[in-house]
Amino acid sequence: MRKATLILEDGTQFHGRSFGADQPAAGEVVFNTAMTGYTESLTDPSYAGQLMTLTYPLAGNYGVPSAETRQDNMPLFMESDKIHATALIVSDYSEAYSHWNAKESLGDWLKREGVTGITGIDTRELTKTLRERGVMMGKIILDDEPDNVPEAQYEGVNYVAQVSCKEIVTYNQGAGKRAVLVDCGVKNNIIRCLIKRGIEVVRVPWDYDFNTLEFDGLFLANGPGDPDTCVKTVDNIRRFLASPNVRPCMGICMGNQLLSKAAGASIYKLKYGHRSHNQPVRMVGTNRCFVTSQNHGYAVDTNTLPADWEPLFINMNDGSNEGVKHKSNPWFSAQFHPEACSGPVDTEFLFDDFAKLL
Amino acid sequence: MSTQIKKVLLLGSGALKIGEAGEFDYSGSQALKALKEEGIETVLINPNIATVQTSEGVADRIYFLPVTPFFVEKVIQREQPQGIMLAFGGQTALNCGVALHESGVLEKYGVSVLGTPVEAIMDTEDRERFIGKLDEIEVKTIKSEACTNVEEARNAAERLGYPVILRAAYALGGLGSGFCDNREELDKLAEKAFAFSPQVLVEKSLKGWKEIEYEVVRDRYDNCITVCNMENFDPLGIHTGESIVIAPSQTLTNAEYHKLRELAIRIVRHVGIVGECNVQYALDPNSEDYRVIEVNARLSRSSALASKATGYPLAFVAAKLGLGYGLFDLKNAVTKTTGAFFEPALDYVVCKIPRWDLGKFRGVDRELGSSMKSVGEVMAIGRTFEEVIQKGLRMIGQGMHGFVDNKEIKIEHIEEALREPTDKRIFVIEKALSAGYSVDKIHELTKIDHWFLHKLKNIHDTDKQLHEVGSLDQLDDELLLKAKVQGFTDFQIARALGMEKEVDIEQASAIVRQHRKKAGIVPSVKQIDTLAAEYPAQTNYLYLTYSGTAHDIKFENDQRSVIVLGSGAYRIGSSVEFDWCGVQALNTIRKEGYRSIMINYNPETVSTDYDMCDRLYFDELTFERVMDIIELEAPYGVIVSTGGQIPNNLALRLDAEQVKLLGTAAKYIDNAEDREKFSAMLGRIGVDQPEWSALTSMEDINAFIDRVGFPVLVRPSYVLSGAAMNVCSNAEELDRFLRLAANVSKKHPVVVSRFMQHAKEVEMDAVAKDGEIIAYAISEHIEFAGVHSGDATIQFPPQKLYVETARRIKKISKQIARELHISGPFNIQFLAKENDIKVIECNLRASRSFPFVSKVLKINLIELATRIMLGLPVEKPAKSLFDLDYVGIKASQFSFNRLQKADPVLGVDMSSTGEVGCLGEDSRAALLKAMLSVGHRIPKKNILLSTGNGKQKAEMLAACHILKENGYNLYATGGTSRYLTENGIDNTLVYWPSEEGKPQALDMLHSHEIDMVVNVPKNLTSGELTNGYKIRRAAIDLNVPLITNARLASAFIYAFCTMDVEDLDIKCWQEY
Repeated sequence: MRKATLILEDGTQFHGRSFGADQPAAGEVVFNTAMTGYTESLTDPSYAGQLMTLTYPLAGNYGVPSAETRQDNMPLFMESDKIHATALIVSDYSEAYSHWNAKESLGDWLKREGVTGITGIDTRELTKTLRERGVMMGKIILDDEPDNVPEAQYEGVNYVAQVSCKEIVTYNQGAGKRAVLVDCGVKNNIIRCLIKRGIEVVRVPWDYDFNTLEFDGLFLANGPGDPDTCVKTVDNIRRFLASPNVRPCMGICMGNQLLSKAAGASIYKLKYGHRSHNQPVRMVGTNRCFVTSQNHGYAVDTNTLPADWEPLFINMNDGSNEGVKHKSNPWFSAQFHPEACSGPVDTEFLFDDFAKLL
Repeated sequence: MSTQIKKVLLLGSGALKIGEAGEFDYSGSQALKALKEEGIETVLINPNIATVQTSEGVADRIYFLPVTPFFVEKVIQREQPQGIMLAFGGQTALNCGVALHESGVLEKYGVSVLGTPVEAIMDTEDRERFIGKLDEIEVKTIKSEACTNVEEARNAAERLGYPVILRAAYALGGLGSGFCDNREELDKLAEKAFAFSPQVLVEKSLKGWKEIEYEVVRDRYDNCITVCNMENFDPLGIHTGESIVIAPSQTLTNAEYHKLRELAIRIVRHVGIVGECNVQYALDPNSEDYRVIEVNARLSRSSALASKATGYPLAFVAAKLGLGYGLFDLKNAVTKTTGAFFEPALDYVVCKIPRWDLGKFRGVDRELGSSMKSVGEVMAIGRTFEEVIQKGLRMIGQGMHGFVDNKEIKIEHIEEALREPTDKRIFVIEKALSAGYSVDKIHELTKIDHWFLHKLKNIHDTDKQLHEVGSLDQLDDELLLKAKVQGFTDFQIARALGMEKEVDIEQASAIVRQHRKKAGIVPSVKQIDTLAAEYPAQTNYLYLTYSGTAHDIKFENDQRSVIVLGSGAYRIGSSVEFDWCGVQALNTIRKEGYRSIMINYNPETVSTDYDMCDRLYFDELTFERVMDIIELEAPYGVIVSTGGQIPNNLALRLDAEQVKLLGTAAKYIDNAEDREKFSAMLGRIGVDQPEWSALTSMEDINAFIDRVGFPVLVRPSYVLSGAAMNVCSNAEELDRFLRLAANVSKKHPVVVSRFMQHAKEVEMDAVAKDGEIIAYAISEHIEFAGVHSGDATIQFPPQKLYVETARRIKKISKQIARELHISGPFNIQFLAKENDIKVIECNLRASRSFPFVSKVLKINLIELATRIMLGLPVEKPAKSLFDLDYVGIKASQFSFNRLQKADPVLGVDMSSTGEVGCLGEDSRAALLKAMLSVGHRIPKKNILLSTGNGKQKAEMLAACHILKENGYNLYATGGTSRYLTENGIDNTLVYWPSEEGKPQALDMLHSHEIDMVVNVPKNLTSGELTNGYKIRRAAIDLNVPLITNARLASAFIYAFCTMDVEDLDIKCWQEY
């Protein structure tokens, strides 16, 4: 394994070894405290443009499953067709893996997909640095090569446009109620969860004017980056909300932010985001609490919600917004990931709620 | 929270035993803390006097009484609590609670069960109800189908899916049982099985499946979290208490992890747990198929481990939830900024390793299986698997230095040893790797997941690399760092580099240490903060790792901290009593304005609860690690005298490094530990001791015995197998013992001492300051010398000691204290015969009996000792043991029922796993309470007697008379029967197993006709051993109370014949 170094925007260096593709990488350095699910996280489009640090030190233990797909072309085990994260940063990469379902090692997969991996990093110290100073840009270089990595940008870049589908894809055609799913970088399990509930899913590109289509409900998916770059999507949603034909709408993660923006609220960037499987949320006005899977760097400013909207969930750790709902119309969203994958499945019932509303 | 609850009764778990140990002191203490915080008055029933929970200020009213329905009802009657908590005292408390519920006692007194309702508990305890309950929510359990012919068995196997296990019902010892992989095998085995039994049970075989556990918490609002999951290194088939356990799981994918998590929550909701619960699964290593093994509706060993592994205080939270709080009401005690409703994210890995003491038991079956035999455990924290497994293997304290570079162990058949795991299994794997076995081959034989084996191989490979390097000069920093990251100690590195050839190993280790410090290879201190650094945490819960580049904390360097070294893994001879001592030291240090620092690694303890001290280093007590911490902390001083033998043994080496030891100087500790030096000192001050000699050949041993005569006490310095010491009464015994158990040579001398028979054993526990005794307690064994002091029944204050004896003991103790300049706690053991006093040994540290005498005397000897060690002024307590108008009795708990085939006989080596201490208005009352607390019952009518040799028979005569007078039927074996008849006591002769004739003693035991067995072994001759062994073992296996000592049997018989349990005083500690 070649020696490699992670250099943060502020000059802090962490030395390790390259275990993925032997190539430099640059992007926003974030940390994820989940203890399982590297396959799912790496293929989650929301990580586009980011160097993902795993705080759990041991990585690669159970290898990587095959990319095989079901009949509807949906990968069985992956959340999209490729790795979206720019690089993976771990403390102790396990070359030897063991699992009945594994087809290759994590390192081989990264190599095959041309994604950088670095191991031997004090990921706790790195995480503390990010926590104290906020997320930073950073790059990974190979020690024996000249440092020729171009500086990367994260804020203001429209990653949604990069990861969204380019044309309409329909799943479960003729199954029953039809939902339009706006793909800002959707995770496959959202689609799987909808299909499982007998819903026909019409997946449209992020900037597609779905108001021209016929459908029973609108689903706003997750996606990477800064929601302020998705002006077109917000416009489309605004028109949907204004339509006299009131139909149900559910949003997840980026979808929560876009729905809130369309309603009139504003968004801000969190210091270091929520990326984990253990985020506690409370349904506002109830004693019902849920452990949720999350991956976001921006949040809705609850104080800016218009009068006919209210918070649906709040984060029990830092009080940030975790979902909104309209006071009378069937529109709601969650900042967390009820589709899990990876993470706890406690809030999957939200899909049932959506299905019932259709 | 429910406001009508003003007083709560909490049931403890009693004496430590295999399967129910220190973890319940920890759980109970946390629960009591939670109740106290609410201003609720707490009543605790727990006869385990050495625990922290039975200390002043933890519970308001403490009853040292048996945790049985009879006594608990008495206490309820007296205390009238509104609520009772059953989940914090293990199976003992749970069973007692269920019995009280079923008999209507709880209802009668209007006591409500707080937390999980009893009906829910019963749903998890009753196998049939449990399976039915889980069927309702479509959760798979392990089911067996009863079949009466081969055809039925065949069908059952088809339904369940191969492989299956066949078990012949009603057949002891697994006759006719086995595994079948297909129909042919089933046909063959089923035929055989039906030959043994009319009914055969067919069960799906889960051999080789992974074993996974989840710890789940639920509040009354139906909010659920799983605090931790854990994976067993050993596959299914080995009890989880016997397994190496890793947290979090290592080989589970996200899908598997969350599938099992979702099931756990579904189960817990359906059953209706309020509080904490543990769900155990078997998981197919080749698919996502699973079975639920069991659900524990209470705090458990695993929950204590999970608490320590994550920092989430499960018991504390469970107690609050029992009072009606929601999880959202409670704070995360570690971060202090976030809430209790969350799931910890670990950024480290922990490894639990059990500690066995099978070597202490004659005849015990060493194979690991479905029943638990380990007596303690350790937990290692680190950032690589290699690091934690090596740390853990050192922590278990059986002379191992990690996974590699240990002293050679002899394994004859590696394959067989891999297939049939024993307590040595992990070292067999190392052997196998050295012998060139591949990971695949080892997996095939052990079914241990490849991943774990690969990690072990990494250690093995690094070791090989080090061996190849061959010298420190040739070693590059990269390999050195790699070895440290993989948990190698300086010792292991020195050994692997072959440095022992040149210098002694301690010196070599020191050279490696210097070398790597120069290279900047030093460990980092990391915090356990429950959220993987996501939020800033105030936590003082720490560990060290080499996978780090920076410390999480800052060091004050103000000389205002004091380090207390803990006691390590619980083992026979060192358990909860030293935890109590450690905690008392920590409390005192804090009270006196110093910062307290604990180093310990036992997850079952209160001393490793992070709010007991200002800083907790959950790490090794090796010299290397302790020095790492001392160098970082630069403390005011270090206390080595409250943690038993492990810290005591470090004294000299720490002193050599100029570490400031508080209390008695290291030189004097050595003067007491070193047999030669100690003897010389006793001679100098004119104090007698049993004659002894360290001998290196059989001729010398024989010459010594010719001089002092039999019996002798023999202590080998190198033990091959079996007990470490023994009393030998004749040449044959001596020969047999030395041949089987010891290796006598120049390098391994044997210490032989004259053994005094029929001598009393007396203990002096005391605290001195600059050589002057400040406080002391003299206690007396009920058994004569020959029963290890840890197994003996001890009364305090002494009841039958001559005043003259007591005075002489005090005088000798004063002399010794002065001579050794003792400052702090110490213990001296004496033999007393008539008024002839001999010193057996002296330890310049707290002893096992410190909590007992402290609590009976109501003077906290450790607090006093700690004040002295801190150099603070102390006053001699005004009260002495002669002022007490009550008696304390400490009785021992044995766990022979868990140790198949072990001979339940007591000897000079300790075999008890725990103890209780009860108070009474006289010694009878105290003894009755204590004996009932350790599982004895008052016999109904039939007693089986074999009362040993002539002297012992005579000792028992009076007791036999009383039994007869009280209407008991006496059954006696040959010699005893004759003796009783000669002395005019009616009895029925029963036959030994080796004799012809009816009635056979064993038959009577099997038909449950005997209520109590008194079997006193005469000597160690083989025939005696076999006959007696069979009866003793049968008594244990059939759960018939057994006493093997004539003096104890007499005392117990006298007590229950002259006193009715109804007349026992029911008073709490504070009322004495």
